[in-house]
Amino acid sequence: MSDTTLTAQSNGGSPKVAKISEAVIRIAGNSQDGIQAIGGFLARLAGRSEQEVMTFMTIPSTISGGPSIFQVRIGSGEVLSSGDDADVLLCFYQHSYEEHVNSLKKGGIVLYDSDHVEPKEELKKEFRHIGIAISSLTVEAIGGTAKDKGKNIYSLGLVAKMFDLNVSKLEKLVGERFTGKDPSILNNALAAFHAGYQHPLDGIYETFRFADPAKKDGHQVVMNGNEALAYGLIAAGVRFGAGYPITPWSDIMELLRRELPKYGGSFMQTEDEIAAVSMAMGASYAGRVAVTGSSGPGIALKTEAIGWGVMAEMPLIIVDIQRGGPSTGMPTNVEQSDLNIALNGGHGDSPRVVIAPANVEDCFYTAIEAVNIARKYSVPVFILSDQAIATRIEAFVEPNLEKVCQDISPDFTPIADHKPYDLSTQDGITHHVAPGTRINSGKYPIATGLEHDEMGHPTGSPKLHMAMSAKRRRKLQALGESLPTPKVYGPPEGNVLLVGWGSTQGPIKEAVDRARAAGDSISALHIKHINPLPPGLDNIFSGFHHILVVEINDEGLYGVGQLGNVLRSRFADPKIRGINKTDGLNWKVKEILEAVKAKVAKK
Amino acid sequence: MSATTEIPQRSGNIAVLPAVPAPGERKGLTKKEIAADHPTWCPGCGDFSVLALYFKLIEKRKIWHEKVTTIAGIGCSSRFPYFVQAHGAHYIHGRALPFASGISLSRPDLHVFVFGGDGDAFSIGGNHFSHTARKNIKLTYCVMDNWVYGLTKKQTSPTSPLGFKSKTDGWGAVDYPINPMKQAIAAGATFVARTTHTNPNHVLQMMEAAMDHDGFSFIECLSECVEFYEGAFDSSNPRKGGVFNLVPPTHDVTDEAEAYKLAGEAFPGSFGIFYQVKKPTKNAKEAGIVKSMSEKVTGLKDWQILQKNFDRMR
Repeated sequence: MSDTTLTAQSNGGSPKVAKISEAVIRIAGNSQDGIQAIGGFLARLAGRSEQEVMTFMTIPSTISGGPSIFQVRIGSGEVLSSGDDADVLLCFYQHSYEEHVNSLKKGGIVLYDSDHVEPKEELKKEFRHIGIAISSLTVEAIGGTAKDKGKNIYSLGLVAKMFDLNVSKLEKLVGERFTGKDPSILNNALAAFHAGYQHPLDGIYETFRFADPAKKDGHQVVMNGNEALAYGLIAAGVRFGAGYPITPWSDIMELLRRELPKYGGSFMQTEDEIAAVSMAMGASYAGRVAVTGSSGPGIALKTEAIGWGVMAEMPLIIVDIQRGGPSTGMPTNVEQSDLNIALNGGHGDSPRVVIAPANVEDCFYTAIEAVNIARKYSVPVFILSDQAIATRIEAFVEPNLEKVCQDISPDFTPIADHKPYDLSTQDGITHHVAPGTRINSGKYPIATGLEHDEMGHPTGSPKLHMAMSAKRRRKLQALGESLPTPKVYGPPEGNVLLVGWGSTQGPIKEAVDRARAAGDSISALHIKHINPLPPGLDNIFSGFHHILVVEINDEGLYGVGQLGNVLRSRFADPKIRGINKTDGLNWKVKEILEAVKAKVAKK
Repeated sequence: MSATTEIPQRSGNIAVLPAVPAPGERKGLTKKEIAADHPTWCPGCGDFSVLALYFKLIEKRKIWHEKVTTIAGIGCSSRFPYFVQAHGAHYIHGRALPFASGISLSRPDLHVFVFGGDGDAFSIGGNHFSHTARKNIKLTYCVMDNWVYGLTKKQTSPTSPLGFKSKTDGWGAVDYPINPMKQAIAAGATFVARTTHTNPNHVLQMMEAAMDHDGFSFIECLSECVEFYEGAFDSSNPRKGGVFNLVPPTHDVTDEAEAYKLAGEAFPGSFGIFYQVKKPTKNAKEAGIVKSMSEKVTGLKDWQILQKNFDRMR
């Protein structure tokens, strides 16, 4: 919400309608209150209204209960992050109020359940308080206990009124959510919604209306990052996978388990992480790129098998939804601290591919790209997502599924002869033939973790080990050369270049926008392909005085985070320094700007 | 693969089955065509005999190179795939079973044979043994049990008997050994057999029965390590003055309690099929799920199935 709308005053009478371009709404309650549902409705509505949207949520890692928030940022223009500060805080309890009131912008609106929240006098000057007996009014509207059901939907009605949201579209969304359930549930939900919508918003000077968004090319779809990643794998043609439950990876395996059989595929829940990677590896060996995945601790368990995949040159997709580490760490918080294990986890020299999606939409396309790289280069590929992208909801233009969906069925045509680890190839790329393929020479290869000759038979020859190690490296060099140089966001030369990867892309771009608007010379570079790195980075770096690598991980012993370390060792450039944090949350724009200021001053 | 296994129609998906040449078009393979590298085992090793009988099985049952995969983990016996001229993989220590399960569950057209030792099966891979058995995944697992770690030169194995003097137990093994047969029965394996490398005909019989079993078939094959545990199985070898007792003809292979009793006999015990029951395999169950789920989207192309999901997310 722009500052001007917030200061708009009215002299009583009917509230004014203020046009706004965006709003950040934070809903705070407990994890069973259904606040994710309100957030989900708002996000989906934004998607259907061609608006941009991004959400952010925290969930306690306890089994049931505990404080939880859901933040939605809706905008008619580009929405790059879930927003630093909220315009509206909807809070259900005293603890939600006290914990989150300071996340509001100056002059922001507190919409509180007066049945449970006692507002503080000193805060009333700073924020506009609107108390509504949400719990008892919900009971009045639909009966029963408000704690059970309904007060979230009642609140949705309040928010709909405040932001003049499209009621019929919301009713339709509520209806879709409760399809197939007892009709009385839907009736209750709609009754709660309308009761909230009709409640007078005393003390509010104006309601808000979003400016018309820019026209989008085609429908928008609304989903979270884990959904986008899983559907991307299906579009890529993956039909087999195996996994073990761990937060926040589990929803991907649940989705694939549920969906793959429709396509003739299967996803297996295995006894442990090692069995999961092994079963997926077996399926890849059997002819079709398979997927396994996990989060931090599970990835650590899979590393020996991934080393086998590198040695045997087996295509495999490994999804890592990063969370706070090490060890059990912070299971429901974000961190970008698995880059090292993705790049180097395991023993021996074991080059593999690491790609990191930047946002929800990118999860979908990254999955397809990862599968195609794995197939082309016969190599394990890491997709390094994180808890922040996994759980946040975004709207994006629906992919052209007919065009992007691909069939990667194995080819069993008999061949004359086959030498998978052919050393004479320039690019070092291995091609396997799946079991089931007849080889007319009668000579069959073996896939193995031992150093081997061109047919996969073991060898202790130092010459062969040197040649094969170089071959496994060479193919990634070939891939690296083929990658596009990432584009600089902002001018290609200047004072500061912010470098980021993964889910921090949005806040970094927004930080650049804000700092440039204030007259600073600052640009940003997002690196999606982390191993191998794309060409041309040195050229870009030479155009800036400061290269600051923004990451959600520790600054390490030498003042750079995990990507910072990679770039330092690659370019040996002392201009490269780190901006790091480990609070388990994605970067706020103002945090980045403050850190940049401090770093540049310190030089 | 038995004819009872249901092979789902999966258009363009997992099981795009290779065209099978009409019978009679190809002759069965000769031993020469099946043999690959010369085995690296020590002279006199029991594993030679298991390999020879695997060749015989392929020869006798007219299995073609491309229709079989030979999978192993790590250990002396796990060198197996290199010696077989067919598709195969030498995987990591203890994890051959889940790797092979990935093949079995995505490729119903292949025979999946897994070979390994007692360390692979019951120590580092113990968890996978139990779960592959209980899930009844269609494959044959032949454990060449020699009661010792041979590749690493004589350490105590999970099947080493109490008192066995190894390099890690100079005073004699102190840990109670695993009983592979009891382990397999308790885990829910649907085919549990025991044989010994010194009786080739019996080994072949067990291999054939295991291959024909629709489900997880487990064979414990005693296979002497002449280097580090010489004479371990002499009391089961009539040529060395021992006795080779077959499972009594009156034994009911579907009786779990009786099978468990047989497994508890003192060494050398009995040889043959201890336990065998028919139970739907995981392969069949997963195929059933595929069938019922794909019936709901009959006639749709893959992208159209996905489109239905995306329509709901608009």
